[in-house]
Amino acid sequence: MISFPKQVDREKRLHQAIAFWIARIISYSILLILFLILFFILKRGIGVINWEFLTAMPIDGMTKGGILPAIVGTLYLVLMSMIIAFPVGVLSGIYVNEYAKEGAIKQFVKMMTNNLAGVPSIVFGLFGMALFVNRLGFGASILAGSLTLALLALPLIIRTTEESLKAVDDTFRHASYALGASKLRTIRKVVLPIAFPNIITGLILGIGRVSGETAPILFTVAAYFLPKLPQSLFDQAMALPYHLYVISTSGTNIQASRPIAYGTAVILILIVLGMNLLANFVRSHYSRKVKMK
Amino acid sequence: MKRLVERSAEGLIKACGFASALTVLLIVFFLFKEGISFLNSSPVEDHHALFVHSGNPVTQLEEGQIKDLFDKKINHWKQLTDYGHPVVLLTANDLERLFTPEQLGNNLEYLSACVAHYIDTVPGTLAYFSERQLSLSPAIRIVPVPNISLWKFLSGRQWFPTAQPAAMMGTLPLILGTLLVSLLAILIALPLGLAAAIYLAEIADPRMRNILKPVIELLSGIPSVVYGFFGLVVIVPFIQNLFGLPVGETALAGSLLLAIMALPTIITVSEDAIRTCPIAVKEASLALGASHWQTIFRVILPYASSGITAAAILGIGRAVGETMAVLMVTGNAALMPTSLTQPVRTIPATIAAELGEASFGGLHFKALFALGCLLFLITLATNLLVERTTSKSRKS
Repeated sequence: MISFPKQVDREKRLHQAIAFWIARIISYSILLILFLILFFILKRGIGVINWEFLTAMPIDGMTKGGILPAIVGTLYLVLMSMIIAFPVGVLSGIYVNEYAKEGAIKQFVKMMTNNLAGVPSIVFGLFGMALFVNRLGFGASILAGSLTLALLALPLIIRTTEESLKAVDDTFRHASYALGASKLRTIRKVVLPIAFPNIITGLILGIGRVSGETAPILFTVAAYFLPKLPQSLFDQAMALPYHLYVISTSGTNIQASRPIAYGTAVILILIVLGMNLLANFVRSHYSRKVKMK
Repeated sequence: MKRLVERSAEGLIKACGFASALTVLLIVFFLFKEGISFLNSSPVEDHHALFVHSGNPVTQLEEGQIKDLFDKKINHWKQLTDYGHPVVLLTANDLERLFTPEQLGNNLEYLSACVAHYIDTVPGTLAYFSERQLSLSPAIRIVPVPNISLWKFLSGRQWFPTAQPAAMMGTLPLILGTLLVSLLAILIALPLGLAAAIYLAEIADPRMRNILKPVIELLSGIPSVVYGFFGLVVIVPFIQNLFGLPVGETALAGSLLLAIMALPTIITVSEDAIRTCPIAVKEASLALGASHWQTIFRVILPYASSGITAAAILGIGRAVGETMAVLMVTGNAALMPTSLTQPVRTIPATIAAELGEASFGGLHFKALFALGCLLFLITLATNLLVERTTSKSRKS
């Protein structure tokens, strides 16, 4: 009779071992698949990238030459959208965490931010076309595209700011108030400097996100091919993700432009990887600094 | 002075606080303004109409019937109504063939008379003209075409948004295509993602976890167009060869790709949910003699179930709204989906593929905005569901 629990025990252990191994194998397979995707693209694309690829205009129906206009276009879009989204997003985060009182309004604002984050990117594209391109008359332009992308990046920046501010200990605020500082001064001189490195990670991740989005720029700015670089905010522009899309699906000669497509995909991946690593670096560097204090 | 500056700065902060709320409201306004004006508009092009002989008893023509008539699938009025004449089509393209320039006049001023005369002599005529060019006479009358209703929009099985003379805006194939591709993707991704989440939260040692978690989060940042490109060069040919298909761009390719793309989200969200299980609950289970696996399966997973549900809903919401990757690998045929190895077209892919060609403010343009509204409502519903499931778990 006493041996009964032992048997159960053995069975239990066997079940556990099997279940854990299944979980382990699945986890490693997922990681393997994701790495294979990256490896596959990097292997084929990394050889394409050289100085000419980065600095030359496309030639021969975009089957040869470089991707300079797409890089420049994406730079413009990222720069402009962040100039718009970052200040608004940070101020919005400050409002939610520092000013809004607990209750219906704060709940409402947070819910709207969540909803905005969940809006599909193509809906941003539709909206940008209806409001910026048509209603405000910007036409398909860098301005219209940047505004659309700025709205898309807004929830990310708001949330990061909010989290960073929340992480600032209340004792700092109380100490500042005790010295007679006003609320705004406390935020400006005490809370923001402490939270700023974390807020910057929001900006960095926003750059990574915005540079890879295609659907919002389809109708608001993106051009299939432009013979020269954009001259003003009201010009159309080429952009990296859209470039990858058109040369891999509807180029004049899809097979001939494959190397260019791989190269463009690698640049996009490198931007995202770089921005993520930079954000992680800023975060860890900052937390080490705080520990030292 | 200082107070004033401070006041205005605080005002600015408060104004910016509502930036996201304002954006959502603006999106709703602009999307629905175009989308709703689409309903109750006529499927026939503006200022155009269909004309028949006044003796023709046909009461109205649906878009589908009009398409069949003009595709010559219906060639006798008997198939529609009690009228014993074969159908003869007459459009602006036929004018040169039937009438001399003198008969029509220099500025087509005699067009009405010519057409009326033609219809009078050929009683089975179905003519499609601009109402401005053609004035009514006793011999001819306009056949009414019913307006597009919400029901027809949602349940119509045919999507021919640029069909002439009457566009067909049935979105059922698009809705079903979207649901098929995204639900299958989640069916694939959820068990795998859940297993990985369990591994990360409970089994892996912390050092391993600290490496894996950022890597997985990083992979969710890869742009969808890059995943789409990968799908195009790897998954599509793979499926084509595997099933011996004429084209590899299929619903299955879309689902597989979406499953891969949804994995990081599902893993991250369900891992967070699993980690919320308090240590006291786990210890109680272990103290009762349960093994670690039994504790995971019988205690931790039920505890985290609402968070895992939230992960699944969130995954579906993302999959439904995903545009570029799906556009690149599903083949985009607007047909009712009947099998997984057949091309399908999703709602976002339709918008992305067609908005560039639709003329601004036209019926097609508005129909795409109506699709955008539909998409917005679906994702709004998933967001609210996620919020409800997570807030419920927080309360309990």
